[in-house]
Amino acid sequence: MRDRGLALLAALLLAAPAATAQGFAGLGQGGDGFALPREGTALRFPADHGAHPAYRIEWWYLTAVLDGADGRTYGVQWTLFRSALRPEEGGTPGPQVWMGHMGLTTPDAHHSGERLARGDVGQAGAVAQPFEAWIDDWRMAGGDLARLDLAAREGGVGYDLALAAEGPLVLHGRDGFSVKSPAGQASYYYSQPFYRVEGTLHLEGGDVAVTGDGWLDREWSSEPLAADQTGWDWFSLHLGDGHKLMAFRLRGAEDFTYASWIEPGGETTAHYGALALEPLATTEVAGRAVPTRWRLRLPPEGVDLTVEAVNPRSWQDTLFPYWEGPVTATGSHDARGYLEMTGYE
Amino acid sequence: MIRAALAALAGHWRRHPVQLLTLVVGVALATGLWTGVQAINAQARLSYAEAAATIDRDGLPRLEGELGLADFARLRREGYLVTPLVERRLPGTGLRVLGLDPFTAPPGAASAALGDAETLGAFLAGEAVLAAPGTVDRLPAGLEGRPVEGIAPGVVVADVAAALRILGTDRLDALLVARPPRPDLPPLAGAVPGARLVEPTGENGVARLTDSFHLNLTAFGLLAFAVGLFIVHAAIGLAFEQRRPLFRTLRALGVPLRVLAGCLAGELVLFTLLGGGLGVVLGYAVAAALLPGVAATLSGLYGAGVGGALTLAPAWWLSGFAMAGIGLVAAGGGSLLRLARMPVLAPAMPRAWARASAATTARQAAGGAALLLVGAALAIWGDGLAAGFALLGALLLGAALLLPAALALLLALGARLARAPVAQWVWADARQQVPGLSLALMALMLALAANIGVGTMVGSFRATFTGWLDQRLAAELYVTARDADQADRIRAWLEGGRADAVLPIVSAEATLEGAPGEVFGITDDATYRLHWPLLDAAPDAWDRLAAGEGAMVNEQLARREGLWTGDRADLGRGGPREILGVYSDYGNPRPQAYLGRTAFAAAFPEVETTRFALRVDPGAAPALADALAGAFDLPGEGVLDQGSVKRFSLGVFERTFAVTGALNALTLGVAAFALWASLTTLAGMRLPQVAPLWALGLTRRRIALLDFGRALALAALTAVLAVPVGVALAWALLAVVNVLAFGWRLPLRVFPLEWAALGLWAMLAAGLAALFPALRLWRMPPAALVKVFSHER
Repeated sequence: MRDRGLALLAALLLAAPAATAQGFAGLGQGGDGFALPREGTALRFPADHGAHPAYRIEWWYLTAVLDGADGRTYGVQWTLFRSALRPEEGGTPGPQVWMGHMGLTTPDAHHSGERLARGDVGQAGAVAQPFEAWIDDWRMAGGDLARLDLAAREGGVGYDLALAAEGPLVLHGRDGFSVKSPAGQASYYYSQPFYRVEGTLHLEGGDVAVTGDGWLDREWSSEPLAADQTGWDWFSLHLGDGHKLMAFRLRGAEDFTYASWIEPGGETTAHYGALALEPLATTEVAGRAVPTRWRLRLPPEGVDLTVEAVNPRSWQDTLFPYWEGPVTATGSHDARGYLEMTGYE
Repeated sequence: MIRAALAALAGHWRRHPVQLLTLVVGVALATGLWTGVQAINAQARLSYAEAAATIDRDGLPRLEGELGLADFARLRREGYLVTPLVERRLPGTGLRVLGLDPFTAPPGAASAALGDAETLGAFLAGEAVLAAPGTVDRLPAGLEGRPVEGIAPGVVVADVAAALRILGTDRLDALLVARPPRPDLPPLAGAVPGARLVEPTGENGVARLTDSFHLNLTAFGLLAFAVGLFIVHAAIGLAFEQRRPLFRTLRALGVPLRVLAGCLAGELVLFTLLGGGLGVVLGYAVAAALLPGVAATLSGLYGAGVGGALTLAPAWWLSGFAMAGIGLVAAGGGSLLRLARMPVLAPAMPRAWARASAATTARQAAGGAALLLVGAALAIWGDGLAAGFALLGALLLGAALLLPAALALLLALGARLARAPVAQWVWADARQQVPGLSLALMALMLALAANIGVGTMVGSFRATFTGWLDQRLAAELYVTARDADQADRIRAWLEGGRADAVLPIVSAEATLEGAPGEVFGITDDATYRLHWPLLDAAPDAWDRLAAGEGAMVNEQLARREGLWTGDRADLGRGGPREILGVYSDYGNPRPQAYLGRTAFAAAFPEVETTRFALRVDPGAAPALADALAGAFDLPGEGVLDQGSVKRFSLGVFERTFAVTGALNALTLGVAAFALWASLTTLAGMRLPQVAPLWALGLTRRRIALLDFGRALALAALTAVLAVPVGVALAWALLAVVNVLAFGWRLPLRVFPLEWAALGLWAMLAAGLAALFPALRLWRMPPAALVKVFSHER
């Protein structure tokens, strides 16, 4: 049985991160002394790979779509959320809460795990150099973001993966300043979409060797969404011709869409309002109708895709549940990647 | 036509308002008692679910040693899912500080209170602590408390980091293992040098006592309902028989059977809603009145609060309606069936019901005997809780069905002894009345049996619990030192005149007759000689134990291995030892044995003394406890002031008695009501039997007195017959239901004085019930009696 208090706690954490939230309403409130993203601020690396406790919320979000030696398609998610309960005071950070989510998707099963941790004893954290983000024994670490080791395990299921970046970091929006609503709510947002992944999945039936494509998202803010925004649909796609596509739609009184069109060399074009998303089929998961087949169009780049979930039941059964899993796409391009959907009741 | 039929049926109730009252009040009382008990149980369970203990740490393995928060973080990062715990007395306040990590601690009352950012932020920053509403006011200056229901009284819950600051230490008391480690990790015990892993002993007798308490309350509610059901059955059956001519007339006038049956079924539904509704209200009142006592009982036993305020959970009031409906269907279904089978022009037999034939009595007796046999079979071969409750049902129903036959037999014996004509008439008339009163007498007997059964159960429970407390908590204070060094210092400190006696307690895990258990070594002292509840002992058992001979073993070991005083038992080390005595060790599933101090030291030389029982003036105990904790920096569990714990627990038990007493009185009241209703009904019907006596010269006064005396005699006989049924019921509750539900049995203790008192109450109830019919007879105008002859049929 779930504990109500912890569920509230998770709601509190997730009230912030746009990545997973369903209860976004709480974010309509002001920054309350937390730092706010400002346009024109240059991101600094590697320092920005670490935590930003002056901001209310932040996450390290890695997804990978993988080919198993057994010929099957798999998906892996590793996420670390940070939430500051209070703003900095005289240079001292307020109390921090950390939450880890893991997901491992097979064509016929989805495993999820969750951890919570305090921020003041080293049980969870993120440091820039040498880079390491962790909660308990779930770990994403490397000298910098160019090479990462990724591990998580929940019960008998987990993974040990090695990631190598084959391209540069990508800044979304305007040099990493990513607007999230017509009213101007924004976050800092950059990605490393060029990971080659190899490693091992630990499944109930035994270990499976895998290779594939990985994508890391880094985002932090204090107030990323408008009060009327209730959820979102987020895609990260590796196209067959070497392009990468990040596209999201924030559902609200008026939908807000954005897409980053990323050249194989890393040059990025930002598209505001050009993305068109149309659900084609829904799946009943955990008592909700969730779209698991989509038409995705980005006309300026000649993109017109039909995106389909590898496993329509990729339900993250966490204290605050959402849909997250690998997808494949056909149409103007062959592609595969990850889809995340929140806020479907 | 339906309207006419309904009006005709309703006319009966208008002419017999008392019968209507009997029916509705009967259903309401039965439903009320059931619902009240359900409400209490539901409330208690709800509170457990919400609050459990402040933190549910029982049953979790603990890592103990020199541990700090850094060890916590390191072990988590290595994959061990541990959670930190610090628990110490806050010197000078009588409070205990419980420090925990809200993100990894097992769910409890505290985590539910930390759901908003402001509270969680203040909690983590050490600016706010959580405590029960009554404890918040007692916090020392500098601690801001937020009231949280469900935290044990006297406990201050703080974030672990804040708790360490408040207590001025950086040492944790333990890391609880919240979830078992992954199989690929090395054993946790070796992960921190010097730390030891303490497995949960599985000893949680108190929690099981609580479950037992609930189960028995449920059984009690069921009994109360059964008693109520008899009243309803009597009222409905009577109403049916009295309305036979009406049914015949209605049918003759062309009302189809279906319509008539439908109207009667609708009547039953109406009674269900009316009686059930009243019953649920009544149940709420009963529960609200009794809940404080139950809450205090459970908080004393379990340490966790049951909310004092009742919530209206749909489960229990719906169950109340369901029970009322089931009861009415059971009581009225037979009548409907008979209606369906009745020929249109069946002869009206308004008194057939009251004059159930001897054949009926015999059939009932046969059915009762068969049910008792079923009960016996269930007791022997039954398995599972359902079988336990079926046994209760078979026992009660069987005994109730046998009652008329048993009474008839006793009265026949009495009649044989009678010589004078009036005496012979009295006996014969009593026999003749038994069938008419049988349902009411059955209800009385069930009420008495339930009283005896539950009283015996609670009494046995209390006696056992007291014994258990005395055994465990004989000394005023218990001290546990961190290590042998500190133990020596504590002992030296205490023996400087601070305590009357310092009794070392040593124990070791051992294999007792092949099963894992515990062996203790005790110092010879009056504390044990006076207080220990020995079930059996050899002569000079204590002297021989002190001299290093033999051992005392607990009941569990003795019963499981079929050993007793004088036998020899293998207690793991030192060869077989003679059993000098067997003590009750209530609630402990494991075998246990006590050796003399010297014998223990010889068998377990490696065990160091770190625990002491202290005998001091009870009034000085709290101060000494504070002083000890302050002088030696002992964790909160290191010093236990058992004197006050015990006084509190026993006080709680007295309140439980009040609860049981109230329920008993209510049940008895229900039965008395049934008896009154039956006697009133019969009084009108038996005028034809009484009138000839009056004509023969007996005064109305004499006849009324004889009637009154007969009612008392019937009640007395019923009470006598109820004793074996009640004892059997108590036995079934303690030795069968409890064993099936929890795997151990409570020893049965009998309380004959209480039975005698109960018998007097039964007589009083019967007397009150018979008073008004007798008075009416006394004051009956002679003309009414004369009329009997003119109406002679």
